Order: sequence, then structure tokens, then C-alpha cells
Amino acid sequence: MSDVTRPLTVLIAAMGGEGGGVLMNWIVNAAISKGFPVQATSIPGVAQRTGATTYYIEMWPEQVEGTWPVFSLSPATGEVDVMISTELVEGSRALTNGYITPDRTTLIGSTHRVYLTLEKMGMGDGRLDDKMLYAALKKNAKNAVMFDAAEIAQREGTIINAVMLGALAGSGALPFEPEAFTSAIEEEGKAVKANLAGFNAGLEMAKAGGSELAGDPAKRELTKKAMWEVENKVEIDFPEAVQDILQHGVRRLSDYQDAGYARYYLERLEPFKDKDPDLLREVARHLAIRMSYEDIIRVAQAKVRSARFERIQGELRADPADPYHVTEFFKPGLQEVSDLLPPSLARRLLSWGATSGKLKSLHWGMEVKTTTVWGFVRVKFLSSLKWWRPKSYRWAVEQAAIDSWLALVTQATSVSTELALEVTELARLIKGYGSTHQRGTSNYQRIVVDLVTPLVSEPSPDGPSRIRQAREAALIDPDGKALDEALTPAAASAPLAAE
Amino acid sequence: MERSFAKEIELLKLGEGETFNGEGILAVTKALLQSGVAYVGGYQGAPVSHLLDVLVQAKDLMGELGINVEANSSESSAAAMLGASINYPVRGAVTWKSVVGTNVASDALSNLASPGVIGGAVIISGEDYGEGASIIQERTLAYALKSTIMLVDPRPNLETIVDMVEKSFELSEASNSPVMVELRIRACHVQGSFKAKDNKPSPVSAINKADDPAGFLYDRLAHPPVTFVQEKHKVEERIPAAQKYIVENNMNELFDGDIASHGIIVQGGLYNTLIRRLTALGLADNFGNSRIPILVLNVTHPLVPEQITSFCAGKEAVVVMEEGNPEFLEQQIGQMLRKSELQTKLHGKDVLPAAGEYNADVITQGLVDFLGQYTPDGVEGEALRDEAARLENVKANAQSALDQNVPPRPPGFCTGCPERPVFSAIKLLKEEVGDIHIAADIGCHAFGTYAPFSIGNSILGYGMSLASAAGVRQIQKKRTISIMGDGGFWHNGLQSGVLSALFNEGDAILIIMQNGYSSATGQQNIPSSRNRNNNQAITGEIERTLRSLGVEWLKTIRTYSVDVMVDTLREAMTTEFDGLKVIIADGECMLARQRRLKADNARKLERGIRVETPRFGVDDEVCTGDHSCIRLSGCPSLTIKPNPDPLRTDPVAHVNNGCVGCGLCGEVSHAAILCPSFYKAERVQNAGVFEKALYKVRQGVIGLMSNGRDAA
Repeated sequence: MSDVTRPLTVLIAAMGGEGGGVLMNWIVNAAISKGFPVQATSIPGVAQRTGATTYYIEMWPEQVEGTWPVFSLSPATGEVDVMISTELVEGSRALTNGYITPDRTTLIGSTHRVYLTLEKMGMGDGRLDDKMLYAALKKNAKNAVMFDAAEIAQREGTIINAVMLGALAGSGALPFEPEAFTSAIEEEGKAVKANLAGFNAGLEMAKAGGSELAGDPAKRELTKKAMWEVENKVEIDFPEAVQDILQHGVRRLSDYQDAGYARYYLERLEPFKDKDPDLLREVARHLAIRMSYEDIIRVAQAKVRSARFERIQGELRADPADPYHVTEFFKPGLQEVSDLLPPSLARRLLSWGATSGKLKSLHWGMEVKTTTVWGFVRVKFLSSLKWWRPKSYRWAVEQAAIDSWLALVTQATSVSTELALEVTELARLIKGYGSTHQRGTSNYQRIVVDLVTPLVSEPSPDGPSRIRQAREAALIDPDGKALDEALTPAAASAPLAAE
Repeated sequence: MERSFAKEIELLKLGEGETFNGEGILAVTKALLQSGVAYVGGYQGAPVSHLLDVLVQAKDLMGELGINVEANSSESSAAAMLGASINYPVRGAVTWKSVVGTNVASDALSNLASPGVIGGAVIISGEDYGEGASIIQERTLAYALKSTIMLVDPRPNLETIVDMVEKSFELSEASNSPVMVELRIRACHVQGSFKAKDNKPSPVSAINKADDPAGFLYDRLAHPPVTFVQEKHKVEERIPAAQKYIVENNMNELFDGDIASHGIIVQGGLYNTLIRRLTALGLADNFGNSRIPILVLNVTHPLVPEQITSFCAGKEAVVVMEEGNPEFLEQQIGQMLRKSELQTKLHGKDVLPAAGEYNADVITQGLVDFLGQYTPDGVEGEALRDEAARLENVKANAQSALDQNVPPRPPGFCTGCPERPVFSAIKLLKEEVGDIHIAADIGCHAFGTYAPFSIGNSILGYGMSLASAAGVRQIQKKRTISIMGDGGFWHNGLQSGVLSALFNEGDAILIIMQNGYSSATGQQNIPSSRNRNNNQAITGEIERTLRSLGVEWLKTIRTYSVDVMVDTLREAMTTEFDGLKVIIADGECMLARQRRLKADNARKLERGIRVETPRFGVDDEVCTGDHSCIRLSGCPSLTIKPNPDPLRTDPVAHVNNGCVGCGLCGEVSHAAILCPSFYKAERVQNAGVFEKALYKVRQGVIGLMSNGRDAA
């Protein structure tokens, strides 16, 4: 009499194009090669169109004579032995559905992210908390083999399904030696070499017990230093805690404009030098961003960097000898042009544009090939205009806006550091180009007028939280619906009750 | 077509005693051949597309067997095809997705069922019900009941499915009625095996034609006065005949058990789930031996009263496990018990939900609630409650496992899909002119109802968008826009929408997505598809058809030209012309296009011919992380990545290696005046000598001008 009391169940959560069906067949064929009764089914539907889908396998882990188990066609809550998920959020989905349980489930999970549309759409940062998901999966699985299978697949030039199969083999969760799986791959006979490479990499990963969640990639380093004297001033005059940010700041601004501008940056920070280091840090960070506002010149600077072309060549995986072309998409309008003109002239042009409607309608769409000499020269010329920048209309506008923002932060510090921090953070709303920039600026203005100014004159304990909620609301939808609600008294007081 | 079925076709050739290892729906296909069908038809749709796809590709085999295979233009033409079995002793089968396909077919079905058939007529119905379903949730049983179509709902294992399909032809002939075999999604896709038989050629077929047409027989017409006789015949002859066949051939199965005081009557399709749940409760083993007697209804219409009552006789209580509502089976069974004066208590929807799929959790709860009321000898109430509690516990833990809830990941437009730009254009138009009533439709373009577009006010069925706007356009100040695929256009939209709008001189705007295939169901060809041998432009069929019908305002626009599309839509919204305005949004399905390009480029590279591969990118130094571009695209390859700028926190837009260079990113950043972050990069392989030289010169000059290895 056998000691097998129930079938082994395997659930695969995959997305279109990841070969989940093939993975299912490999496992099924491995079972068949052992003479084990096995059944698999799936709900592909329109999954090949990028959606999430699942494949479900049941097997009886020993040979049977003259009879056949009654296999179920769908997974049951708390009755999954092996959960294979090809992406972090799909694994988490399986967890909330009760398919990963501490008493039973071995999780073979890739930790890479394929962001959901809802995460990508956010005007700020709409991403789910990877670390939380990772920890929850580790905690709730009986045994979790988690690692970035997509990265391995790319490295081995194969598809993620082969890597997952390897990890499954390595986990020993199913009663097969690796050969049972590899021969399934060989029998299938498609891209055998690449699949086996992926399989072995996955196998090793599983034996190593998986890997930790990869942290964010390193931030960009500004290789070109600012003038020694400026960087030195940072080291001497400012606290240790903010050195990194400030060095980034002065380097960015001397690249953006010149050493004098970088020095001006430090002068602007003087009043905050002895304030709370977190505040100083945030002010320094946002100030550097605001002082290097996006105009045509800056865009041109970025587009003609030699490092950029090397990066693109890499993206294309192009042989250095092979030609490649890069086309830029510019569509400056009346606003962008006026930004570069002397203030008086710009104002006249803009008021004409506003009345005539040309401000909205007048744009010059151009596609510039920066890999041709003429195309490069045109963009290079724009980038060389930085000497003119301080004479431009936009410069005047931005510097004034920055000063009033800094003034507001200073006032807020007299109330509380928390308030000052929130006022500082409002700068995050001002970003982008054209309409995006206008929307951000007007949202910023609304919050300043409706919330900040009153809160500075008559402080209230929930001030900071109200400003934070307004800022977050401003980043929810482009139409500003959420912000409207956040700025109505009712909504503003609601969170109070919660606190 | 999206995939090749070469392997599967081999499975269809298996002979007596050989083992078939494969998918459920293909087992059904094999069963049709073993039953000696003379004709097969149908309309594609998950989960039954493969049946027709494989037969369409199996030309040679079909030729040998003399089987006429038709990819019908809609389910109604498929259903009408069964009419052959009214007059001739030939077997035939058709297939479609139910309930929607059955809805479309219902006119022909009623007119088929009334006169009845002399040759076996079988409908393979893919029940798109429950998890993974893509349509409204209704049952097919209602149709079987009203039209006297016998309904088979087999236990979901290949042996039983194949056996039941073969018996369905006999049942059809024994009862002179069409028979419908319903298979749930997972049953269609289940991988299993069965012992094959030889394929049977039909006595009369395409290679063995009948000498004479059937003689004139008025009884065979669905036309008064014989329709009155036919109705009588249904209830007095055909149903009893069917019941006789069902009993004599054991189509329904009785699995006895020692706990004789209680019983379970279950739809065949639910049997496997039921057994596993009984096992979990300690009331069955893994091999189907249940302690509680089970009557499995592999035929859910008609029921056999004697069979039901003899199962219930002497039992204290039985439970009927029947998915969906109304509870037709439970009602019939209740009546049978009442009439036979049996006191057996009847349970069903009181312990099981009225709506929704009967999955493991639902059935466990149902069993616990049913048995818990009686705890018959041999059943421990304690064990029942424990299992129920355990289940609740697991669910509670699962739901509280994360501090954030995980948003859904619905299917969406593929990378580079030609239909996406149309929705970008509509979104831009709405920003200009305000909200517009949009009648959506069935097809890939229905993905436009999901984020980031969220476009569409109604979906009334396949090809029905324009028709569904007829009542709206009269009560709206602004014009309405109806969206329809080329699949939907040929399936139904041409008649129900275009003709009706023209006939009524309706002031409407129709966008037809001409991607060349019935793409959502696996790229089956449609009347306007690329030539089967491919590489020829999509035929102008749709445009020609519309012109010949008298559509005056007709524009064909390349979908990727977003600003042209916006201009055209604006014009359609504002023009003086108040008749039907049609925009054909032209762009081949990108999946099909890429498959062809891949092959072509590989060939070119081998032969040393020049190949240009475009892709798009984002300059992360220029992108400020507002994601407007994503809100206008939603392309899988346009994603986000952590901001590399040490001073910024919001993630920046990023184009991953999946990009196929469709051009939308550039079009959108222009049309919407977004930002200068996007660039198009083209890699040239096998470039000519001159091009290479020019490239070297350019690189040299540019190198001299650029400021060395500076920031970023």
C-alpha cells in the first residue's frame, strides 16, 4: 500500500509571452516520463495579449495500476504545493488568493517587476512597495526560492520559463531529478541550448537559496567636477550629512550654467545651514533642481552629450562598425521661444499669444537627426546659448519663483520644521514641459494660496499633514479632481478625525 | 493564423488503440472524426477556437475523409449549416463560444430544432463561464430547454468527453434532435489522454456525393402548419426517445456510497471539483470512491424522472449542484419528487450561491452547510466544521498578508498594437472638445476600456457598437463615436450597424479598426484578411463594400498618424455633413506583422541585404517623471524605472527592449506636445559601403564638436 495520500499540485502564474504554457508542458512531460498520472489545464483566454494568467497541474507522485486519480481542474485555497510566479506582483496576487500557505507551499518566484498600468500612470510615484511584497511572500511560503529570473533569462539569452523550471528542479519540491526536466526540454526540441543554459542558471540559483531583492540601481554620478573652490566651500561651510547632495548640486549647476551660478546656489542655502539637517538636505535637493529648470538650452545640452550616444548604441546592441541614426522629437511653441527672449519682448509676445490664441495653437514640430552633422550642429548651437540664459525671460521668472518659494520655506521654519519640510516638498509638483509644467505650477500656486499662506500666519497642528495630503492629491489625476477635494474644508478636516 | 497545428493534426490521424495525449478541445475534434461527420463549421472564440483552427489547417486529412470544413462568417451561419442534417442522414458538428455565440445562432437553432434532424447534429459549445471568461455570465441551458436541444455536460476527463461526444451523435439521431455539448473553459484546455479509434468517413460526403436531393417533404420545414405538429412531436416523441437512449446507454452515471441516507446530484462538469472536496472532508478517496452516493448528470437536458426519483427514493435529503441561475434542474427535480410523493428533502441554492462559478471553496462550503444540517451516520459534524474553519482561516490570512492591495492586470494592447494610437487620438480629442459618447465593441479594441484610456460607454455585443448608438445620437448635442473591429464589421456590424444607419440617415461616426484578422481569438482570417499566402496588402474589401452601400464620408487613416487621426476625428465631429461618417483605422495586427518581419529580416541578414531596426528611447536626463506619455499610450514596452538623477525621486519613463519601434511614442509626443525626452534610434545592418563611409565621416566631425566625456 502506498504512502501517497494526495496529489501534488502546481500553480503557475505568468503573463502573456512568458511561455507559461510551455513551462506547464515541460513539467507534465517530466511527470509522464516517470509514469506518474498527471493532468494540467489553464485559462489562457486573451492572456497572450499581455494579461496575467494561470496554469494548473496535478500529479500523483507514484505509478498506479489499472486506476486513475480524479484530478481537479482548478487550484483550491490553501492546497497548492508549488507556486511558480514569473513576476513579483503576480506572486503577491497568488498570495492574496490563498495559493501560498506556510504549511504547504514552495514558492518559486521571480522578483523582477513588470509594472501595472496603474503603477505607471501615476503623476508622481505610483509603484507598489516591492520590499513589502517580497517580505510578505518570504514570510508566507513554507519555502521560498526568490530571485530576479528575468535578469538571468536576458543574460542567458532565453525566456523566463526555462529559468523558472531550473529553479523548480533545484528546489527539490517535485520528486524528479533535474534530468527529468532537461530531457523534457530536449524532447520539446525548441531553442534547446538557450533553454538549458537558462535552466542551469535557475538550478544554481535555487541551490543557493535564491537572492535578496535588488536595491535601486546606482544614481548617476556627475563626472565633471565643479570648480575646486566651489566644491571646497561645500566641504568647509556645510555639515557632513548634506555633502553628497550639495556636491551634486554645485556640479549640476556649474554644468548647467557656470561656477558663479553654483556659488549663488550655496549663497541661497546659507540661511538654512544651521537649520535641521533633513530640512537643509531637502531644500538643497529641490533648489538644485529648480535652479536647473528645463529649458530648450538644457534639453540641447543633454541631447549632445557624447556619453548619451554611447548609451544609445548600447541599447541598440549595435556593432560599432554598423551605422545607427538618432532622431529627436522637438515641438517648441510660443512659450518656449519667449522663454529665451529678453523679458520685455517676451512679455509682449506672450500677451499677443494669449489674446490671439497662438500661445496654444502655434508650435513648430521638428524631427532632428542628431547623428547627422547638420542635425548635431543645430542642437549643439542651442546648447551653446547658456551664456545668454541669464538675460532671458524664463530666467527672471524662475529666479523670482525660487526666491518666493525660499521665502515661504523660511517663514515656515519659524512655525515648525515639519511645516517647512512640507513647503519644501511642494517644489516636487513643478516639473515637466509645456502644459505639464503649467499644470504643476498652478497646482503649486493653489496649494500655496489656499493652504500654506494661511497656515504660516495662523499655524495649526494638522498643517503639515494637510499640505502633504494636498501635494499627494495633486499627483493623483491630471484634471485636478483629487486636489479640488483635498482643498475643500471637509476633505481637509477628514484626516484630522482619523488622527 | 497565430500558430501552426502541425503536431495536433498528427493527433487527429491516430488509429484504433493508439493513445491520444493532448488538449480537451482537440480530443473533441478527434471524437468528431471518429463519429463520421460529413461537415464541420463554427465561429472562433475562446475556449473553442482550436477546434476549427486545427481543422482549417488539416486540409489534406479533411480531403481524405471528405469532410466539408467551413469557417463561418458568424455563429448564425454555422448553426444554419446544421440544416443539412434535417433532410439528409449525415452527421455534422459546429462550434462557438457560448452564451454569446448561441445568442447569435438562436434564430437558426430554433428553426433547426423544430423540424428536428435525421442525421446527428451536434453543437460543441465552449462555456465561457467563470474565471477567465471574457463575456457576460449566462447559461446555455435556457436555450436547450426552450428549443428542445439536448444538452450534454460531461465529466471533465478526456475519456468521458470523447465518449459523450460520440454518444451525442447517436442521441441526436435517436431523438431526432440537435444535441449541444457544453465544455467549460478549463475542460477545453485540460491536458489528458484517451484510447483513440479509427476515423470514420461519412457514407455521404464531399467525396461520396448523394445522387439526388432529398424529395419534397413539408414536415421538414419550419413553417406552419407543420410547426404545430413539430412542437407536439418534441414533447411526445423526441424527449421520451432521448430519455430512453440516455438510460439505456448510461450517459448519466451513478456512483454509489455507504452513506445511503443522503445523495448528491451534480452537473457532470463539476464532478472533479466535487470529488476533491469530498476527499478533503474525508468522505471520498482520490480515485473517485465517494461514501455519499452521487448521481452525475452528463446530460442536463432532458432529465429522466425515473432516474432522479429512484436515486432519491429512501434518502433523507439530496443536494443539487447546479451552476448559475435560475436553478432549472433543482426546480424540475423538486417537481419530480413532489409528483412521485417522495419526502426526500431537496437542497441546492439554499446552501450554494445562486450566481458564479462553483469553485473548490464554494463547493466545500455547500457540502458543509448541507451535511451539517443532518450529520448522517459516518459523517462527523466536528470534521465538517473544522474544514470550514480552516478554509476561512486561510482566506483571512491571505487577505491580510499584504498592507497594500494588488490592482488587477487585465489583458491589454500588445506592444506596438495599431489600435492603441486610435485611443490616444480619441483621448486627445476629448481634451479638446470635451467628453464624447463612445459606443465600444467586442475585440482587442475593447482593451481601450481599461486604463490608461478608460474609453467606452457601452458594449452591446460583437459588431453592435454602431447599432447601439442609434438611440443615443438623437439625445446628444455632440455626435457619438462607435468603434468596431474588422472582425465585428463582417460578423454583424455591416448589417446591424452600417445598413441601419444608412437606411435611417443617421448622423453617426464609425471607426473601423482594420487590423486584418480576428485577432483577439488567435488571428483567424476574415473576409478582408491578407491573402492566405500573405505578404499582400490588406484587401480593400471594407472600403469597397462601404462605398457600394453609399457611404459618402469615408476616410482611411494609418492608425499611427496620431495627429492626422485627431484632425480627422475633429472634422468628423464638426463637419456639416450629417450622414454616416466612417473612418477606417488601418494598421495590421502587430503580432502578425512582427512574425513576418522576423522571418524576412533573418532571411535578409543571411543574404547580406540591408536591414533597418528602429526602436524608441527616453533620455532620462530630460524626462522629469510626469508620465503623461504613459497616460496616452499604456504600451507594455513604455514603462518606468527608478530615477537615475541623484536629486530626483519620481521614477522616469523608460522604453524597454520589447519596443518594436511602431512610432507611437514620437507621434504622441508631437501630437500632445509632451516633452523632448523621446528619441528614435535605428540600427542599420548590412549597410552599403557609401553609407558606412558617410557614417564614419559624420561620427568623426561630431566627435570633434562634442565636449568629450562630460556629465551624465
